[in-house]
Amino acid sequence: MNDHSQGEIEPFSDPGLPAHVHRRADHDPVAEKRAERQVATLFIISALSTVAFIASFVGIKSDQYVFLPLLGTTNAQQLALGIFFALALSAIGFGAVHWAKTLMPDTEQVDLRHTMRSAEVDRRELAATFGEGASDSGIGRRSLIKRSLGAALALITISPLILLRDLGPLPRKQLEHTNWQPGSRLITDPGGIALKAADLQVGGVAHVLPELPNGRHQTLDDLTRDAVLVIRLRPEDLHLNAERTNWTHDGIIAFSKLCTHMGCAVGLYEQQTHHLLCPCHQSTFDVTTGASVIFGPAARPLPQLAITVDSEGYLVAQHGFTEAVGPSFWERSI
Amino acid sequence: MKRLSKYRRHPLAAALVIGLGLLLVGSIYSFATPAPPAEATNARNQAVQEGRQMFLKGCSSCHGLNAEGTKIAPSLIGVGAASVDFQVGTGRMPMADASVQAIAKTPQYSPTETMALAEYIASLAPGPAIPSQESLNYARDGNLAQGGALFRTNCAMCHNFAGQGGALSQGKYAASLMGVAPQKIYEAMITGPQSMPVFGDRSLTPLQKLSIIKWLKNVENEKAQGGIALGKVGPVTEGLLVWTLGLGLLIGAAVWLGAKSK
Repeated sequence: MNDHSQGEIEPFSDPGLPAHVHRRADHDPVAEKRAERQVATLFIISALSTVAFIASFVGIKSDQYVFLPLLGTTNAQQLALGIFFALALSAIGFGAVHWAKTLMPDTEQVDLRHTMRSAEVDRRELAATFGEGASDSGIGRRSLIKRSLGAALALITISPLILLRDLGPLPRKQLEHTNWQPGSRLITDPGGIALKAADLQVGGVAHVLPELPNGRHQTLDDLTRDAVLVIRLRPEDLHLNAERTNWTHDGIIAFSKLCTHMGCAVGLYEQQTHHLLCPCHQSTFDVTTGASVIFGPAARPLPQLAITVDSEGYLVAQHGFTEAVGPSFWERSI
Repeated sequence: MKRLSKYRRHPLAAALVIGLGLLLVGSIYSFATPAPPAEATNARNQAVQEGRQMFLKGCSSCHGLNAEGTKIAPSLIGVGAASVDFQVGTGRMPMADASVQAIAKTPQYSPTETMALAEYIASLAPGPAIPSQESLNYARDGNLAQGGALFRTNCAMCHNFAGQGGALSQGKYAASLMGVAPQKIYEAMITGPQSMPVFGDRSLTPLQKLSIIKWLKNVENEKAQGGIALGKVGPVTEGLLVWTLGLGLLIGAAVWLGAKSK
């Protein structure tokens, strides 16, 4: 033999499974009794906890507080309900597992798996029966039935797809139209006070909504589109093109509060850096350059609302938003 | 009388009569109107003088000899007494070091000294005055529910939904509002310290400001139903506890399930 086969090591023989070691409860009646008592004790703890759970719901006042180390001052009723319900549930589980582990048979049972394939005779018989049934039904000959059944089965598969329409409707044009109209006054939210230019100091902000005609109040649905943040800076701090400068009044500039990323309310205004932050994903907009994005996942600047003052000195919108407010969506056209 | 009436057509007569009339009205006016209390004015002048001396010693190196501001610190002209009372009264000013944000600490000036500094700064140009304790009766004038709504729209994005404070950009942060004196909260709203914007008397009326303070004081005294509030910052700390303690317990249970019984 050559060197190679001499270096070969004989494979180990399969040592097999270690011999089964029986548990103490399997042969010691004292241990068996003890395990039985332990399981029963756990179930009794569960039962008593349920009684205590009901008792604490009825008996403890909901405004009572207790002081516990580590946990601090806690509502006594909530604490008792939680502890006893957790005990009632977990004691059943622990009892059942302890029962299975100590008392139920632990010897390994072997169940051999059958082959999946049926016997050749059965297979042939089934094919014959199927062919017989098919020829009896006459599906090959009766093409009218065949086609109408085909149509019925095809259509019924479409019906779940129809239900998916309930996931909509798509936003369509909703975000392109807000309640901001030419001449809409800026009123504070909440509070509803119409703002004049002089009401905002440099460094000042106000969260505003459009004043609706006929004294109508904003619904929550309106709030999700109309919310605007108005900020006053020194006019020389703004670096906008001529058109956008026209949209401001003496350093007062207004933006939609809806983040162009996911539609959160952008409200963190740092008056020294003139940065506007979205609290959700930290998109940061630079107010001095028309809320252009300087950090974060937002892709577009916040839409700017064109404002001016009316004859009485109130801040008003020149016109509605010229683009859709809020996050991008498929049908967004402007 | 006859001699006097002889001069009534004299060219100087009209001027003389008007002159005498003015003198009479002037002297009556000066007696009738109460003279400004000389002591109060003097005390105020003295406070302004003392404030100026303290300003020159403690503040002018950054804010300039006339509070006109320098490259490293803003002008204090027109910031008002309220701003001084907030910044100095909470220990934010003078700053310990030139970091991104002035941090509240033990006040470095006594209340009297702070008042003198405030008087000096207020004497430079008009600005927001320190709100009086009488005007801050938030328990009587505030509306709790409205305060909550106002807080959520105007303050919560920086100061957290329960007033616990929160992070801003580049190391700056909005301070926690727990345990802050109502007067200081009010002053912060009207002056807009550091990163905070100004909330004028129309964007938040004085009553609305009191409502916010009332709501904050209510949050401060609110009992935590579940004991530890975990900083009241929401899912971050609560999630951390569940993922560590909760999952730890589950792993322990799984190990026990798999262990062979003796």
